[in-house]
Amino acid sequence: MEKEVKKDIVLELTHVSKSFPGVKALDDVSFQVERGTVHVLAGENGAGKSTLIKIINGIYTADEGDLIIEGETITTHNPRHMKSVGVATIHQELSPVLDLTVAENIFLGEQPKTKLGSIRWKKMYDDAQKLIDGLGFQYDAKRLMRTMTTSDMQIIEIIKAISVNAKIIIMDEPSSSITEKEVKVLHEQIRKLKAQGISFIYISHKMDEIDQIGDMVTVLRDGKTISSDPVGMIIKDQIITRMVGREMNNIYPKNEAVIGEKLLEVRNFSRKGNFSGVSFNLRAGEILGMAGLVGAGRTEVCRAIFGLDDREAGEVVYMGEKLDIRSAPDAIKAGIIYLSEDRKLEGLVLCRSVSENIALANLRKYFRGGFLSRTLETRDASEMVTKLNVKTPSIKTSAGALSGGNQQKLVIAKWLLRSPKIFIMDEPTRGIDVGAKYEIYKIMCDLAKQGAGVIMISSELPEIIGVCDRALVMSGGKVTGEVSGEDMNQKKIMQFAVGGLE
Amino acid sequence: MMGKEKTKFNLSEFYSKFGIILILLFMVTIFSLANRKFISANNIRNVIRQVVVITILACGEQLMLISGMVDLSAGTVMAFGGTLSAYCVFATQNVPLAILVGLAGGLFFGVINGALITIFSIPAFIGTLASMKMASGAIMWYTNGKNKSNLDDAYTWLGQGYIGPIPVPVIIMAIALLITYYVLAWTPVGRNIYAVGGNLQAAKATGIRVRNTQFFACVFSGLCAGLAGIVLMARLNSGQPSTGQAGMEMDAITAVIVGGTSMSGGVGAIQNTIIGSLIIGIIKNFMNLQNIHSSIQDIVLGILICVAVIIDVQVRRSKV
Repeated sequence: MEKEVKKDIVLELTHVSKSFPGVKALDDVSFQVERGTVHVLAGENGAGKSTLIKIINGIYTADEGDLIIEGETITTHNPRHMKSVGVATIHQELSPVLDLTVAENIFLGEQPKTKLGSIRWKKMYDDAQKLIDGLGFQYDAKRLMRTMTTSDMQIIEIIKAISVNAKIIIMDEPSSSITEKEVKVLHEQIRKLKAQGISFIYISHKMDEIDQIGDMVTVLRDGKTISSDPVGMIIKDQIITRMVGREMNNIYPKNEAVIGEKLLEVRNFSRKGNFSGVSFNLRAGEILGMAGLVGAGRTEVCRAIFGLDDREAGEVVYMGEKLDIRSAPDAIKAGIIYLSEDRKLEGLVLCRSVSENIALANLRKYFRGGFLSRTLETRDASEMVTKLNVKTPSIKTSAGALSGGNQQKLVIAKWLLRSPKIFIMDEPTRGIDVGAKYEIYKIMCDLAKQGAGVIMISSELPEIIGVCDRALVMSGGKVTGEVSGEDMNQKKIMQFAVGGLE
Repeated sequence: MMGKEKTKFNLSEFYSKFGIILILLFMVTIFSLANRKFISANNIRNVIRQVVVITILACGEQLMLISGMVDLSAGTVMAFGGTLSAYCVFATQNVPLAILVGLAGGLFFGVINGALITIFSIPAFIGTLASMKMASGAIMWYTNGKNKSNLDDAYTWLGQGYIGPIPVPVIIMAIALLITYYVLAWTPVGRNIYAVGGNLQAAKATGIRVRNTQFFACVFSGLCAGLAGIVLMARLNSGQPSTGQAGMEMDAITAVIVGGTSMSGGVGAIQNTIIGSLIIGIIKNFMNLQNIHSSIQDIVLGILICVAVIIDVQVRRSKV
């Protein structure tokens, strides 16, 4: 652009490459971060974003290429050194000490001490408050961390980083675990810090967010930089196209299944404090959405249907027959499957291989003549890996080595092998890139076409509207509305979601 | 691009596959050079005989550790089952009955452990600690701490006899190892054990009956302890309740960990545990040959545990 204005580059990567056994994670990547800006990194899972970050924060060393911070080429590659030159990373999953105060969290491990080694409490609180005020925030240093929202905790984490002189802050998908309102707060705070010369590298999958917060956007694909443009010079579709490497005319596939007879009837599900009187139907070939705000009770109801958690009242009728589901194995036997919203915690055994994870729900089937058939297991696993387009070096790789989207596909593969009749998917596309999202929607449509019923819990309205035939809206543990056809729009759903204003 | 990278030599992967065997070979080489007696056929047979009891206990601990638990009671349950079995053969001369009694003694505490852990949700560490005390107290009370020696020949054959050139206890150990290998590698319950140890929440959400799986591991460990007790008493030609105080469960746990099984569960293989058990066996044997004081031996074994776990942690870290 304008050559005359000399840019103030705070961080620069030049021709960086990094390989792991079996994959070239980064291939000749270059990019620059200007002081006081937010540089968004976009790309599908496995595109190389996390590798890039780990090179910047010193966890990995690049095979080739240089990392330059404020004009100095970094030669010592370890996390402590990178911290000392001002790089801080705010991870997706925060780990604040909830029962300590804001100030204690900020100064954790670095508390001001007297000569005898005891903590100077007053100085610590004063310093913390001064720091918070100085940055223009409104937090009380004495407040308990537990009483803060997730976005506030993210800000505290940033303040903590700044307290040790961080200049470049890497935020790994900060918006994936917070509500839309919180995202707005977070963005506001980031803008404040930007104005004070702090630079951000911001990873996000959400297109809207790039517009809202980004100054520059760099798209990575297959370990290469595809483009690097000022936000505003590039439109949403272009970013998506570049991320997936093909035109994305259709973000949502169409459910072409013929909706058949009633498959499932949930009657009057209740558990004190969580949900009450929840009843609904699901038909064969139907994709039913469950919308609502976080904490509306959707997950709780579905877990209870699956038998993972208890219920106090309510029955499940499957094709006219009452089921007695007391635990997950009962539900699975009946063909009712629940895909947890937390794939790491409840989906996969990360230390075991891809094939073992895929086989895990189906071991009976492979147990032939007293032995687990490795042949059958390998055949099914390979077939699933190909069918769902899971990117993995081999089926012997441990599940923990795969990226988020591919891990999600593994969990889905595990359940598809059980040929579910009713598949409840809880936030199946959270934290997953556009390409993989499409593939997951496609799987849902395929299931519907085969006559199964699909329930999708989602907090993202566009995907509910785009994929589902009908949607239930929950609020405060109750079903407050049901929408379909023309009625299925953001406004209507939100009205029900905030408590049903009809 | 992919194929080229694959041929690249990967140290940590190589280590996790073959490292422990190399360490064993290395030790055997060094020890043989240092002491001629070490490599004699007689001594080798000695080593193997010495590791038999520990290895059988280790079979049970293997399942416990992989599923994320630990069995502290294995040593005293071994003494409990073994001594009952020896007393039984002394009184009745009925060897099959004595074997059944020994196994039943192990099974009994396996069931108690299983119940404590799965029904009452007590952590394995505490539950098996309680059983350890109970088994030890029970057998000391029953026997008044007295040994019963001169057992039936058919019984001592289990600990001292030979089939061809192979000692009978070694054959029993081999059978225990084979069963453990079969369970872990070739049955659904084995896979479930890995899954429960690797990620209990995920196992539960996948419809694995977590409690049944844990119960199975406890019972299996109890049975192994009973079997180890029978073999031990048969070798000693006497029922010795005090063998429970020797802390053999700790040696067994050490063997499993030296063999690369993670204390946090989900990872491990019985093949490596055999090597772990042999490594401990030859180190002990070598130190005995060199007349090293038993206190020093303990220090060396302590260091060995540290080294094994440090290597394990490093390998795991470099993998991520």
